[in-house]
Amino acid sequence: MFEIVKRKEMAQGTVVLNEIKAPKIAAKAKPGQFVILKANETGERIPLTMAYTDPEKGIIAVIYQVVGKSTALFSTLQEGQGFQDVIGPLGKATEIEKLGTVVCVGGGTGVAVMHPITKAMKEAGNHVIAIIGARTRDLLILEEEMKAASHDLRVCTDDGSYGHHGFVTDVLKQTLEKEDVKLVVGIGPVPMMKFVTKMTKEYNVKTLVSLNSIMVDGTGMCGCCRVSVGGETRFACVDGPEFDGHLVDFEELSKRLQAYTDMEKESYEQFKCACQS
Amino acid sequence: MGEKNDKKEKKSKKEKLPRQQMPEQKADVRKHNFDEVPLGYTKQMAMQEASRCLQCKKPACVEGCPVEIDIPEFIRYIQAGDFTKAIRHIWQRNSLPAICGRVCPQEDQCEGLCILGKKDEPVAIGHLERFAADYERHYGTGELPPKAESTGKRVAVVGSGPSGLTVAGDLILKGHEVTVFEAFHKGGGVLIYGIPEFRLPKEIVAQELNFLERLGVKIQCNEVVGKTTTLDELFEEGYEAIYLGVGAGLPRFLNIPGENLVGIYSANEYLTRANLMKAYRFPEYDTPLVKGKDVAVFGAGNVAMDAARTAMRMGADNVRIIYRRSREEMPAREAEIHHAEEEGIQFYLLTAPTRFMGNDQGRVSGMECLQMELGEPDDSGRRRPLPVKGSEFQLDCDLAVIAVGAGANPLLTQSTPELQLNKWGYVIADEKTGKTTKKGVWAGGDIVTGAATVILAAGAGRQCSNSIHDYLTIGW
Repeated sequence: MFEIVKRKEMAQGTVVLNEIKAPKIAAKAKPGQFVILKANETGERIPLTMAYTDPEKGIIAVIYQVVGKSTALFSTLQEGQGFQDVIGPLGKATEIEKLGTVVCVGGGTGVAVMHPITKAMKEAGNHVIAIIGARTRDLLILEEEMKAASHDLRVCTDDGSYGHHGFVTDVLKQTLEKEDVKLVVGIGPVPMMKFVTKMTKEYNVKTLVSLNSIMVDGTGMCGCCRVSVGGETRFACVDGPEFDGHLVDFEELSKRLQAYTDMEKESYEQFKCACQS
Repeated sequence: MGEKNDKKEKKSKKEKLPRQQMPEQKADVRKHNFDEVPLGYTKQMAMQEASRCLQCKKPACVEGCPVEIDIPEFIRYIQAGDFTKAIRHIWQRNSLPAICGRVCPQEDQCEGLCILGKKDEPVAIGHLERFAADYERHYGTGELPPKAESTGKRVAVVGSGPSGLTVAGDLILKGHEVTVFEAFHKGGGVLIYGIPEFRLPKEIVAQELNFLERLGVKIQCNEVVGKTTTLDELFEEGYEAIYLGVGAGLPRFLNIPGENLVGIYSANEYLTRANLMKAYRFPEYDTPLVKGKDVAVFGAGNVAMDAARTAMRMGADNVRIIYRRSREEMPAREAEIHHAEEEGIQFYLLTAPTRFMGNDQGRVSGMECLQMELGEPDDSGRRRPLPVKGSEFQLDCDLAVIAVGAGANPLLTQSTPELQLNKWGYVIADEKTGKTTKKGVWAGGDIVTGAATVILAAGAGRQCSNSIHDYLTIGW
């Protein structure tokens, strides 16, 4: 078992942070890499990019939103309990280099994935502008952490309850207008990444995105996570999870992410009923 | 007169002893469940079948066995009703008899060389091996085979498929300490994720793993060698020899338009979801799997048959095997093709897919195919399929499984630059010893040869374990 040593609810309980004891993974993990987690014997294998690690304590952290049966099951696990299986670190690490001004755009739980990348970009000597967003103030996560990890943090909410009233792309546009941006990293829901890359293409600024494809093994064995990048089929698990955002076919990605929507609904409903009874 | 009588007597003897057919679930019943298809011999059937063996002085069958089981000897024990001795005799050469008895292509190996097979049907060696292993599992004493004294040497085996388990079983008996590293959360490799329950019950794989664990083999799951740890780190941890039996885990696709539509799977993904993740028991198990009504499976090997028969059991109306060559070239075992046919799988031979069509949700809804005809032999010696002009036709298809083989997965080899690879990315290893270009590292099975069979992988494992033992006791 991989023990949960710390559990914290965020964004009004819709998002959960788990610090998990996994010394071998913690020793190796780099920003941008992911793990696959499986709660119990009958569970599904779920890939999550790590939010941070502490190699000395042998800890990795994941942050996930409760969206279906598997994440709901994860969220029932308390401190002292744990995951039956955790596998990693998987995928390629983010290429961190000194480029100049780097903009890190995070939306939803994508902010969690963005956090270690932002920190590493700053440590590499870049001037890092972070833009994070959420639907509403209560759903915003890791504001303090992102503030510390960047030089300049800009916050947006869709409903205007906090920070800039509007989407992260509005603030990104202003930033691209004013600054000499060398690289944009955009991580969040597929529509957000799609609009971020559409905008940076207009400004001709290289953009990395991190894809959250459905996976099974996570080692390049099954091809479940295949994604079209520049017209070629790539595997998010071993070739990614980060790709050049200007080349990713987001339409296809979003359809592939909905492959099991109906079955997931059925499974989640059954789980909720079982929890109530 | 006397001669005539003799002949009569011989003939009647033969009639008394036909090859014992193994009872199986009826096709119309089994195509709706995942229970094992062949049901196994009874004691009487096994003993009777064993009595057909001629006990040849120079047994050809043994030459046909990649792990050289002393076949006549174990059959002799079965004939005498000493099943305990029979299984112990098999164990000397094969740690996985319940598995090999089920999935080996015996018709091309031991049984293919059986003298009886020249005029009659060969002895059912595979069925007898299965019987001995099953009998031990159900009624055995649980007594383990003898182990050599501990050498204090540690060996790491990467991959818990048939070749890795064979190496582990061999070396633990020779007194070494063995740890098997597995990337998945469960051991068994292709035996657990690839071969379906109805052909190889997972309970049996678990028992064979348990047997190795009782012998002292450690099985460390969730460890991706190449990611979680590297070969050099394993050496630093004190392992003195490493065996790579990681399989050929890279799916091949057709590279035709529409292949990334939802509902199109590699055989690896389809079977892993169904077998390892038990998606056929969704929602009791959490992993989902598309249930197709009109299913197309591309390829005609054993993996294609497994995928087609799984789709049938998941409730399909039509399951079609689409294969660009003719029946003669189908690589699957005859028994698997026969089982598939009995279950109503349709065969579209000399047919090649050209593209998939999808609906507005991005799900596969149909496909276009071309008729082929056979031309001159190609590099593989098989006649090359050539498209017939203007022969395009369309088929409904809401689930497609691509089972056209696997390539070399580069995950581990990329992290180990000292390992020399051939032009296809397979590890170069000495044919006799399995030694790679990195000192202290051996490789065998699909990662060396490309996708093959369970028993060939086990055979490669056997060769390597002998060489590893020599290395640990004598030197490189």
